[in-house]
Amino acid sequence: MTQATLTPGFTKEAFDAFLSARNEPDWLIDRRRSAWKLFCEQDLPGRSDEEWMRTDIRLFKLDSFGIPGELQGAIEVPTPLLTAGVDLGGQGTSFNGQTVEYSVGQKWADQGVLFGDLAQLAVEHSELLRPYLMKRAFDSAADKFSALHGACWSNGTLLYVPSGVAVDEPFHTLSALANGGVDLGHLLVILEEGSEATLLTETANTGSVAGGFHCGATEIIVGPKAHLRYVSLQNWDQRVWHFSREKVAVDGDASLQWTMGALGSRLAKVNQHVELTGAGAQVQVNGTMFTEGRQHLSYHTRQHHVAPNCRSDFLYKAALQDKSRTVWRGMIKVDLEAQKTDGYQRNDNLLLSSQARADAIPGLEIEADDVRCTHGSTTSRVDDEMIFYAQSRGFTREEAIRMIVTGFFQQIFDRISIESVRESLGMAIARRVREYE
Amino acid sequence: MPDILKIENLHVAVAGKPILKGVDLEIRRGQTHALMGPNGSGKSTLGLAIMGHPGYEATAGGITLNGDELLDMEADERARRGIFMAFQRPLSIPGVKMSDFLRHATTNVRNPDRKEGEELIPMREFRKELKAKMGRLQMDTEFARRYVNDGFSGGEMKRAEILQLAMLQPKFAILDETDSGLDADAVRLASQSIAEIGREKMGLLIITHHDKLLEHNPPDFAHVMLGGRIVETGGTELAEELHSQGYERIREKYPEADADNQQMVAKDAVTNM
Ligand SMILES: Nc1ncnc2c1ncn2[C@@H]1O[C@H](COP(=O)(O)OP(=O)(O)OP(=O)(O)O)[C@@H](O)[C@H]1O
Ligand SMILES: [Mg+2]
Repeated sequence: MTQATLTPGFTKEAFDAFLSARNEPDWLIDRRRSAWKLFCEQDLPGRSDEEWMRTDIRLFKLDSFGIPGELQGAIEVPTPLLTAGVDLGGQGTSFNGQTVEYSVGQKWADQGVLFGDLAQLAVEHSELLRPYLMKRAFDSAADKFSALHGACWSNGTLLYVPSGVAVDEPFHTLSALANGGVDLGHLLVILEEGSEATLLTETANTGSVAGGFHCGATEIIVGPKAHLRYVSLQNWDQRVWHFSREKVAVDGDASLQWTMGALGSRLAKVNQHVELTGAGAQVQVNGTMFTEGRQHLSYHTRQHHVAPNCRSDFLYKAALQDKSRTVWRGMIKVDLEAQKTDGYQRNDNLLLSSQARADAIPGLEIEADDVRCTHGSTTSRVDDEMIFYAQSRGFTREEAIRMIVTGFFQQIFDRISIESVRESLGMAIARRVREYE
Repeated sequence: MPDILKIENLHVAVAGKPILKGVDLEIRRGQTHALMGPNGSGKSTLGLAIMGHPGYEATAGGITLNGDELLDMEADERARRGIFMAFQRPLSIPGVKMSDFLRHATTNVRNPDRKEGEELIPMREFRKELKAKMGRLQMDTEFARRYVNDGFSGGEMKRAEILQLAMLQPKFAILDETDSGLDADAVRLASQSIAEIGREKMGLLIITHHDKLLEHNPPDFAHVMLGGRIVETGGTELAEELHSQGYERIREKYPEADADNQQMVAKDAVTNM
């Protein structure tokens, strides 16, 4: 059996041993220690916390997991879904919370692009990362999970693109869990002024023993006039506990296209936060969720307009089978200074079973007076008349349902500009559709 | 022997409510039948029952195609056997392109034994055929890229139904008020197109309140439905009589069926309130 050694329980001894085994700069150790303090001071969130009202984690036992240790034995890495037919600018793999390997194209390295293991690069490029890492787009104080992440993240990825460099080959990372492992991975992306890049990330499980614990965070800084396309596919197996804080700061005249696919995990509680900090920033977020069994996926999105003349467009679509459940809570926040904001948020849900349930809670908080903000949500069922219409044209019932579900997501596929992503997401969704009762 | 679609003593209920009360009808491939009758008499119900809508339950009788019972088959199997219906109210399927929909449908109907996941008919071949058929219906090829019936005008939907008929080349086709919603020129074109698709290759059941669609498709038989029964069958002259004079004579001659019809329609008025 392959496993990262793991001492159960996030104890003081384990944390001290973890810190002393790492050779990190003082500023980083300080940040870890203050996060550890926050971790010790609070309880896991409960149902009295507004964000957790609909998300019950009483069955989650934090003490049955621990800080990932060194990898031993053979490493099984699943085949990635997002990269078929794509020439990559760099590739990285992690397994049970430890880095396996990274590679980066020479021509990009020559232009100063950094892509690799975050822990190692934080040592090698300490002063470069200091203003950003665990600081600019991450807050350890958000809750016990973010505090745990801030203190104990063991591995992660850095993508740094210097000013003016346009990388036309996507970077890709795959994070795998096996045998009930723990992944506390951190992703830090910094695009300096006028640079361009595409990053594809995906998660998966291998091995016969399912389950695990993911407590991750993403910090992305898109500098002025920079352009980032970011794809995240969450495909953990259906016994993984998945907690994640993801934040992007987008500067003036910069753009972000973020496509998110959420298929996996037993329970997910994810915060996706985009801050538009410079005038003229443009953000498009495309979220797709497809749940089955007893999965529970909870997504909290926040589009925060700090600067004027920015545009944000969030579209989330979820299809639900069996007794699964999704919660989507969206918020458009417009500061007083953010005049001429154009904000849009929408969540559409398609129920494929009478026992599935989708909660949509859109919200607006607007202080500026010259803005255009719209939001909406719909929940519908697969229409029997539609199925009959397709059947009358020779489609089997299964084919009809698959087609209707794919059609439901088409609006999102149309917005995805990367072919391999569109195809792999489409295929993953089509594979999931089962008989509709 | 030509193919035969045979409806015998068919009783159909919708949501437990009896609608068809013993319909007999035999259509041979190559024949054109007109089905007329006042609103709510059960014409669409008959079509939907033949096509296999799961909400239309046959409580007695049968529908056979060359002796095989269709009532035991789901709608898709009937389609693969060569049954087609152009709907009075076609459904839209958002996000699904007309061309993708039709390519899949055409493949399934032409290869009735195809299993899900097997090859579709080659793209080039399909596109060529689709383009030619759209041309003949004077449809802009742009429609192939639009989502199935999504945002189509009433007339565009009906034209798209005829396009599907042309692509699927069924043995038997039920056209349910395919002329409604079409302007005068479009009806003429539809009528011609149906004739061109090949009246002689299909058994046609044309449900209509007008005579325009029959212009190029003179019926061999005309049937009048009232109160869930076919009360009278004749030739073109019957269709012409009903078009010019309405259902007065029929209602008087078949008071029982007329009472049933009025009751059905009255119930609707109550439930629609
Ligand atoms: N899905 C349904 N649910 C409830 N009642 C129905 C349904 N379909 C048909 N009916 C009822 O069955 C009766 C016959 O309807 P049908 O649509 O077959 O009439 P029709 O002859 O096609 O009328 P029209 O000329 O107006 O199209 C009507 O009373 C109608 O309300
Ligand atoms: Mg009708």
